[in-house]
This record gives sequence, C-alpha cells and structure tokens, in this order.
Amino acid sequence: MQVPAQVEYEKATSVQHALALLARYGPEAKVLAGGHSLIPMMKLRLAQPEVLVDINGLTDLCFIDRVADELRIGTLTRHAQLLESELAGEHFAILHDAERVIADPIVRNWGTVGGSLCQADPSEDLSAAFAAMKGTMVIEGPGGSREVSARAFHTGPYETVVGPSELLTEIRLPIRPGHQRGGSAYLKVARRAGDWPVGAAGAAVWLTDGIVADVGIGLTAVGARHFVAAEAEEFLLGRPADEENLARAGEIAAEHCRPVTDQRGPADYKRHLVRELTARVLRAALSRAGGLAGRPS
Amino acid sequence: MKLTLTVNGTEYARTIEPRLLLIHFLRDELGLTGSHWGCDTSNCGACVVWLDETPVKSCTVLAAMTDGRRVTTVEGLARNGVLDPVQEGFSACHGLQCGFCTPGMMMTARWLLDRNPNPTAAEVREAISGQICRCTGYENIVRSVLWAAGNDGNDGNEGNDGNDGSDDDGRD
Repeated sequence: MQVPAQVEYEKATSVQHALALLARYGPEAKVLAGGHSLIPMMKLRLAQPEVLVDINGLTDLCFIDRVADELRIGTLTRHAQLLESELAGEHFAILHDAERVIADPIVRNWGTVGGSLCQADPSEDLSAAFAAMKGTMVIEGPGGSREVSARAFHTGPYETVVGPSELLTEIRLPIRPGHQRGGSAYLKVARRAGDWPVGAAGAAVWLTDGIVADVGIGLTAVGARHFVAAEAEEFLLGRPADEENLARAGEIAAEHCRPVTDQRGPADYKRHLVRELTARVLRAALSRAGGLAGRPS
Repeated sequence: MKLTLTVNGTEYARTIEPRLLLIHFLRDELGLTGSHWGCDTSNCGACVVWLDETPVKSCTVLAAMTDGRRVTTVEGLARNGVLDPVQEGFSACHGLQCGFCTPGMMMTARWLLDRNPNPTAAEVREAISGQICRCTGYENIVRSVLWAAGNDGNDGNEGNDGNDGSDDDGRD
C-alpha cells in the first residue's frame, strides 16, 4: 500500500492567491495540478512536500485561444482538452500526435499540460513538442510575469526555471504567416499502450520554395539537451527538404543525443530509434507542409 | 481538513487527512467498495470513478481535491433499481470473469457511450486502453460495451450481440 506522507493542503482561489500561498510556505510547498505525476511520487516518498497548493480551481488557466498570431494554452488545460481542441490541431498537428500517445484516456482527463511541463520528466512528451515549435512559457511570480523560451525552460531532469514562488500559467506558440508552408508531427515508440516512450521525436518544419526556412526538432527520453536536436536543426536549415537530407538529419540527431540503457532498452537501440524517428517525423511534418522536395515523380 | 462532496447524488461531509486518496475515502470512509483498489499506480484502472463529468483514476486523486465536486462510482450506475445498459451488457455478453476490473471498465464505458453513442470496436478498445483485464482478453468487454450501445435507451429493438463484424485490428 502506497500512501503519501502527511501534508498540509491549501486550495488556491486565484492565481494571485496561489502565488501568495507559495510565497508564504516557501520551497517546501508544491503546486498540485492534475497530480498524476506528483501524487505517485508522493506515494513513493520521492516527493515529500509539506504543503500542497491545489490550483484545480483556477479555471481561468484552462483555455486554448488564438490571440493575433499566437496560440495560447493555459497550463491547467487537461491533456484531453488539448487533444480535442480543433484550434490546436489545425495549427499544430504535433500537439494532437503527442497527446494521443500520452498515458491513456483516463489519465489524460485529469493530467494537465502545465503539470507535465513542470514535472519535467525526461520522458515527458510535451516538452519536446513545445521545444520543436519554439514556444514561449509565461511564468507568473511575486514581481509580475516573465517569459522564457521553451528551449530554456528545463534546467535538468525534473528541474525547470520556475522558482518556488512562481507559477507557470501559459504557453504561447507562434502561428507563422501563411506564405511559409509549415507542418508538424510527433512519433513515439513505446513498449505498450499508455507507457512512457522508449524514444520519441517531434518536428516542426517551415518551407520556402522547397528550402527549409525554419525547423524545430524535439527529442524525448534520449538525453537530448533541452529536449532539442540542435545540430540536426542547424544542418537542415537552408537545405532542400529531400530524403537524403532528412536521413542525414536523423544521423546527426542520433550522434548528438545521449540515451542511457535502462529497463526500456539499451542505449544503442535508442540511438537507432532517434535516427529512424527523426527522419520519419521530419517526413511526416513535411508531408503536412505540402510535400518533400526532390522526390522522383 | 473538512471535505464536502456529493457521491452518487448524496452529499457527504467528513473530516479527513489531506493525504487521503480518493479510492480509500470511497471504500473505507463511505463503505462504497464497488470501486476496486488495484495497482495503486494509475496503471490498471480498477479504481476509475467519475469526478464531475469525467472518469479519473481514484488511486491518483486526493480526496481533498474533490471538495465541492461530484463523484460517481459504480454504485451510482443503476437508477432506481434498474441496471444501466452497460451493466446489462456485461451480464449478457459475459464481460467479466473474476470481476476485479469490472467497475472501472463500466464507468469508462458509460462515459464513452455518453459521448459517442455508436462507437466502433476500435474506439471501445481505445477508451479502455488505460485499464487492465487479466481474464477476458478484452474480447467480451468490447462485446459488452457494443451491446450496451445497441441497447441504450432501453428501446430493445437495436440490440446486437456486440459482434459488428469489424473485429478491428485484433490487438488488445
């Protein structure tokens, strides 16, 4: 039987109230959103906060909106809501690809987008997806709000730049102008339904005349710094989006990630996965963007 | 802390420890032992109950989080002594053997059918993909849910045996 250690409980009624509670209790307080990462860790006593600040009542953090040329996602949005959002799927197919393979439908009903990101598990899917899309995180604190790139959000496994008296409130994703043809996708290999990935890759690509004008590649669970395959992105930039270059990008991504051998597979197999998945997910993103260049017709 | 919530239409007020998990609150405090305490790690789904309108795994929700909310358990499925078509379906199609996973399966099935009254076998399998059955190989559970889909509303003339001929991809 797994039972969390004794803990105090506070129910936040607004973002400001949550921030005041976090300021009052300090680093021994933990924000409780869906709880689907935190509660299991508390049951295993891997996490032992003194106070839980429950933010499930902050329904104003539960939204998916388009504001000008940005998609804005509130951090209390449940995974199921993001998966069902037509607006999110229309602009960022990668989000639906990723959400479809996060845990299972019941966990997705209650687990939250912000909770997943702040848990910062190296095997968590949305971190790589938002990194691929070059999103921006909005963090509220006692001194007001600040914005941090999704690519600078994580400082290590289970660690983010969100301070003990701060709250991640929103993710912003830039919607590119129509003349840049873009597409995105996410692919994951897991051992069974609902499991964490052995490895996964996400890509967002924008083309101008068949040339890669911008690209983001995210990698999950394979030791990529900030969940990003930066060297592979650099290689593709300005090059034709053809099969040869996609394959090379996969090789580069595999070379530079640092997977570890664990119960989900040996490091060399994970590296192999990165090579394959990177090329495939780029192909999938490009096909959504309007096709590969240089293909024999 | 003081907890006030509505379970299966009845309001309860209790003083609880904040660390108490919802599954234990339901079973040990309220005596609602229909929901089963299974893997304790949010993998098996035997503990699925509804929190407001959606199924959740109650081993991974604190009872404290349900303050002011509505919880529905398998005991709340039947209305006025009349079984829900989902319950009828599990009976008619032998959707259980040991019965341990059944309460969770039925709560998810009811939720699925409320949102999607005519699911395919593949959609049923996707809906229950976070729940584990070690007896049936899932075949009869899928049949039971499809039977319920055909008999929802109790008009009795759209019943089928759950075999829609599609047999989807054969995977569990």
